Amino acid sequence: MNITNSNPVIRPKTSILDKSLSRGKQEVSSSAFALLFSEIVQYYQSRSSTVSELQNHLHAHGWEIGARCLDLILIRDRPSAKREIKLLNVLLTVKSTLWKALFGKEADKLEHANDDEKTYYIIESEPLLNRYISVPKDKGSLNCASFAAGIIEAVLDGCNFPAKVSAHWHKGTTFMVKFQDHVIARDKLID
Amino acid sequence: MSRVGGRSSTDPKKVSGELFSLTYGSLVAQILKDYENVDDVNKQLEKMGYNIGVRLIEDFLARTNSGKCQDFREVSEKVQSAFKMFLNISPTVTSWSATSDEFSLIFDTNPLAEFVELPDHCYNLRYANILAGALRGALEMVHIEIACWFIQDTLKGDNFTELRVKFIRKIEDTIPPGDD
Repeated sequence: MNITNSNPVIRPKTSILDKSLSRGKQEVSSSAFALLFSEIVQYYQSRSSTVSELQNHLHAHGWEIGARCLDLILIRDRPSAKREIKLLNVLLTVKSTLWKALFGKEADKLEHANDDEKTYYIIESEPLLNRYISVPKDKGSLNCASFAAGIIEAVLDGCNFPAKVSAHWHKGTTFMVKFQDHVIARDKLID
Repeated sequence: MSRVGGRSSTDPKKVSGELFSLTYGSLVAQILKDYENVDDVNKQLEKMGYNIGVRLIEDFLARTNSGKCQDFREVSEKVQSAFKMFLNISPTVTSWSATSDEFSLIFDTNPLAEFVELPDHCYNLRYANILAGALRGALEMVHIEIACWFIQDTLKGDNFTELRVKFIRKIEDTIPPGDD
């Protein structure tokens, strides 16, 4: 087939934007997802020389997903499509709405660090992404939940609450959310 | 902070289809970035699908208790039920060749292609090529060599997605699987 840019491309009669968003109850088997995820991890592993590089790749991959999920949950699960402007509410949206949409359940816990007002923790004792992953001994710090950390980060960025999110092995898996200083300062102004 | 509400009753063996299609979508986008050449992307997706198929077949056999297939028609039924089991879709099996060695799987919607639009320069991208690879890998593990390829795709303006599957040969026991 010889297609060049001058040839008109046959487009579907209805564009993707014409389709309704109402579906979303469709589910696939967890083995299908686990195998796909494993291929993704292997793909990035073959392209990275260190554990942190691999985690960064997974994080970036998750980011792409989160950026799209945000639109999806805002339009579908929050019919008013109202944006959250309070930091705590944004975090609660992540913990419940986002987590339910992606993983079928709420995240286990949301905690605020005692010693640092810009740090929050989202705790998930049994994350889906780590369920089938056995971490090799020489790569002890590897956490495939970096992928989910990327998703959270994209959602927070998209809500205009820029933060750094990283995954850690602590009480299962903990996502550490570190907001930028101006986010905290701004949040105090709204009270 | 206490937990709001209990765990939902969602089946732990199931995963959101949207998470699946978004995850796959960003994988394809990433590979496109890494390879630049659409044909190489098609090959890479097929290869990943093959790896998945090789492992997926064990899961399928363990869960269905199915024995050996007597003919290719039986294979097509098994393939159909595997799609139901793993992706929760039921493709139609049609367009058998006269010699019963070739059939088509028709998908009303492309299961992986939720939220997807192909940009013009990716017209030759076989977006769901991972399915073709998975089918080939899975069947190779049960000693059936096939070729399969997409002949229609909703992403390219067709009314449905059609995957053509062709029986090549039975792999004899003496040849170790995966060894060409």
